[in-house]
Amino acid sequence: MAIKRFVVGSFLEESVLFPAVKKVRLAGYKIHDVYTPMPIHGLDHAMGLRETSLHTAGFIYGITGTTTALSGISYALLYDWPLNFGGKPHFALPAWIPITFELTVLFSAVGMVLTFCYLCQMAPFVRKHHFNLRSTDDQFTMVIECTPRTNETEAQAFLKSVGAIDIHIQNAETGWWLGTYSKNIPTVDNAKTILV
Amino acid sequence: MSIKQRFEIPSGFRMWSMGLMIIGIASLIIGYFVYGSGTEAQQTRFWAALLQNSVYFLLVVNAAMFFFCAVTLAWGGFQMAFRRVTEAIAACVPIIGGITFVILMCLVAGHKTFMYEWLDKARVASDPILNGKKGFLNPTFFIIWTTLTIGLWTVLGYKMRSLSRELDNHRPTVEEGKKYIWKNTVWAAVYIFWFALTVASTVPWLWLMSISAHWFSTMYSWYTFASTFVAGVALITLFVIYLKNKGYLEYVNKEHLHDLGKFQFAFSIFWTYLWFSQFMLIWYANIPEETTYFRPRFEGAYTGIFYLNLTINFLAPLLIYMRSSSKRNYTTLTFMSVALLFGHWLDFYQMVFASLIPDHVPMNIFDFGIAAGFVGLIIYQTGNVLAKFPLVAINHPFFKESIIHYT
Repeated sequence: MAIKRFVVGSFLEESVLFPAVKKVRLAGYKIHDVYTPMPIHGLDHAMGLRETSLHTAGFIYGITGTTTALSGISYALLYDWPLNFGGKPHFALPAWIPITFELTVLFSAVGMVLTFCYLCQMAPFVRKHHFNLRSTDDQFTMVIECTPRTNETEAQAFLKSVGAIDIHIQNAETGWWLGTYSKNIPTVDNAKTILV
Repeated sequence: MSIKQRFEIPSGFRMWSMGLMIIGIASLIIGYFVYGSGTEAQQTRFWAALLQNSVYFLLVVNAAMFFFCAVTLAWGGFQMAFRRVTEAIAACVPIIGGITFVILMCLVAGHKTFMYEWLDKARVASDPILNGKKGFLNPTFFIIWTTLTIGLWTVLGYKMRSLSRELDNHRPTVEEGKKYIWKNTVWAAVYIFWFALTVASTVPWLWLMSISAHWFSTMYSWYTFASTFVAGVALITLFVIYLKNKGYLEYVNKEHLHDLGKFQFAFSIFWTYLWFSQFMLIWYANIPEETTYFRPRFEGAYTGIFYLNLTINFLAPLLIYMRSSSKRNYTTLTFMSVALLFGHWLDFYQMVFASLIPDHVPMNIFDFGIAAGFVGLIIYQTGNVLAKFPLVAINHPFFKESIIHYT
């Protein structure tokens, strides 16, 4: 949770956005994020994001589910209350596979959704700052983080030169918070786009 | 960017494919004298090897045909960078189909009751189960349906391949492009329809499951389909990697190979799902007439193959293909593709042999010799077709989509 200062610029065309992302990175600016109305293939590569480790988390949740199912069933059917089902062995592994499979899927699915929410810091009933509401509709918004060395005027001029429109500066909260948009965030002073 | 449009067959390629085919023919001849003309038990072993190999490799090359028809039907653009490779593999269908047809006709018209017991009229009349299946399991239906199956695969395959070459020397306008895509979609749909009626339902019952005519499983055809589809995608992957290594297919990148890897991974899991559904219900219900099928496989001579089958076709892809980096790596892809092709060959082996020769596993160099012959034939024919036509369909409307393919 931290308030930071950002230079925000928007784009109307994907074909302008891609070269702009490359130029901005080459110029040494720190891209906080690029907000787009729809997923754009290859944008993560252009921005130089690292590969997500969400699937590793998914694997760990999955084997947790497998272990839970197998240990739960074997405790019940081998130690706690062994029953004879149609002459089958007590350790009836094939019959346990469906439940094991389902718990694996359940654990990994639910775990990955929650992890995804946490990583993106977005969830129901939780607030997060919008840099440009139109980035959910028809604009691509690039947000550059101002470091102590960033010259804001130059950064704005540079964004203009790569084809951005509606360039301005925002002080914004980067994390998520519980509460409302309007009152509980006195920290956002130049809150141009906070409309809700 | 200029690209290499013509595949020139390297001399080693031709030598290897010829060599493998010679091994195949030699195995066939030697096998005929050692097994094929001997006692009934020996003849069973001979014909079982021919049946298993011919049906397996036919369904594998036909899976390549299914692959590009299914992707075409779904308007998938990513395949265009390597589409000609799948088409070239599918061009093996007429030849291997012809061989399979001859073998199946030898079995049915040759009245080989030791292979298909439902050929024996006296036994069918006295056996209530066989008598009940008479409408489906009879020589007339078998011959007509087999002819139709292989014939229509050949015709529709020819149609799809000539459609694909239609635009080779002519860049279409938008209107022409739309019409062309629509025509492709319709013909692909016709093929998929016929595929559903053959591989996905009747043909594995007729060719393979009727070996154990008293037993039946409705999962069997899907399970066979999944098996051959995994192997088919593995074969496509091997050819694409080979051509990449030789400097062809410049537009194919790691994203396309990643997709092929994903197909192998996903359908390996699908295969396991069907395999397990078939096994678990029978194991749990424990009805004698159903468990006869698994008796030699699960706790008999074929136990080793049973678990090896599961290890190669399920555990190996699950653990090796799970990471995305291994689906993008040429070495792991090649290794796993070869392993899966062998694994599903082994799957077919136990499907055929454990029903016919349940008391011991007669696998020896003869089986591998016949398999080598088919592998050589596939390499030879695919190479020839690749060399005959341009390698990349650059005028196809979806071609650009395939180049800028990102996952």
